[in-house]
Amino acid sequence: MTGRFGTLLRRDLARLLVGGRGGGAVLPVLFFLSVAMLYPFAVGPDAQLLARTGGGVIWVAALLAAILPLDRLVEPDIEQGMFDQWALRGISEEMVIAVRMLAHWLSFGPPLMLATLPASALLGLDAESLRIVEIGLLAGTPGLAALGVTVAALTSGLRGGAALSGLLVIPMAVPLLIFGAGSLSVAGESGLALTAAASLVLLAIAPFAGGAAVRAARG
Amino acid sequence: MQEAFIAVRDLACRRGDRVLFRGLSLTMNAGEALRVAGSNGIGKSSLLRIVAGLAPAFDGNIETRGAIGLVDERPALDPHLPLGKALGFWQRIDGAADNELGRLGLAGLLDVPVRYLSTGQKKRAALARLIGQKARIWLLDEPLNGLDGHAMELTEALAAEHCGAGGIALVASHQAFQLPGMGTLALADYAA
Repeated sequence: MTGRFGTLLRRDLARLLVGGRGGGAVLPVLFFLSVAMLYPFAVGPDAQLLARTGGGVIWVAALLAAILPLDRLVEPDIEQGMFDQWALRGISEEMVIAVRMLAHWLSFGPPLMLATLPASALLGLDAESLRIVEIGLLAGTPGLAALGVTVAALTSGLRGGAALSGLLVIPMAVPLLIFGAGSLSVAGESGLALTAAASLVLLAIAPFAGGAAVRAARG
Repeated sequence: MQEAFIAVRDLACRRGDRVLFRGLSLTMNAGEALRVAGSNGIGKSSLLRIVAGLAPAFDGNIETRGAIGLVDERPALDPHLPLGKALGFWQRIDGAADNELGRLGLAGLLDVPVRYLSTGQKKRAALARLIGQKARIWLLDEPLNGLDGHAMELTEALAAEHCGAGGIALVASHQAFQLPGMGTLALADYAA
């Protein structure tokens, strides 16, 4: 079983982290950095304002960057009949979805946390804010990955599924955003704890919701 | 190794609001082959998917023993990967096995991305995947579509060898499939 887990994870990482058609992890990171670069141009070079709002901008940019790869998370494998072949070999949809969540997180979570370093310099964040943003992203991005894979499974096979999945993820990611970005100003450590709690709930539900969605799409 | 076996009793299949067929029963033991015949849309593919456990039966029950391999119109090979790597993924899942690449005429195509392969070449690649799976029960959905005369004969020969080795082949095809001792099930007889 661990062999199959590793084989599935390697395939997912080759598709999501390294690339293939979609450009892998590079595209979300570039998108994220360009938001951090554009924001000071838009609001002006007021260092205090940038430092005060920069953490929130990083969070919004991270959320939107996580949406970019949604359309290639689940749908191509349903179209090509991969899920049918896995089912015939006794590999459950839940396991495939769990592996995919891990691969999706690895391909955007850690890269965005790295990209947060130059982004925080662009926005003039101080060291303390940077620390809280990084811890918040570490706690919140696994939840974003779980949410993204679940919604991608739900919308696979629908017309305009890609656009729809983006619209569905945004409202459901609001708790993560409120607690994660909120920990910068008022909530502090309890905000980080709530971000992690919201993430854990999403992580626990996602394999089962995603697996059921894939089976329903099979018809 | 477990004896391959399929038993279908009183099966009914529904797609949407329409019942496609009902009252279908069949039994297949090791070494047997059966062609499901019928015109387009009569439910051949649905029957195979129900036997495979991928679609629910509307009524009746199915019992199968032995691993099931399925080849349908989707090759289940990553389109952007070279054929060798795409097949390599399934070899690692199934445990390294001989895919008969030489016989299937794929040995020279291993560096070609799957999306550049022709319909017939993809079909042969899917057969290679099926052979590597070493399943006792083969479900072949229109296996001859897109194949040239030589590849058709090869597919029939491979299915004959599979049945000779104690396997089961259930073939849905609107065209003739030459296999010694193969029965034919006309799905139109069970149309609801």
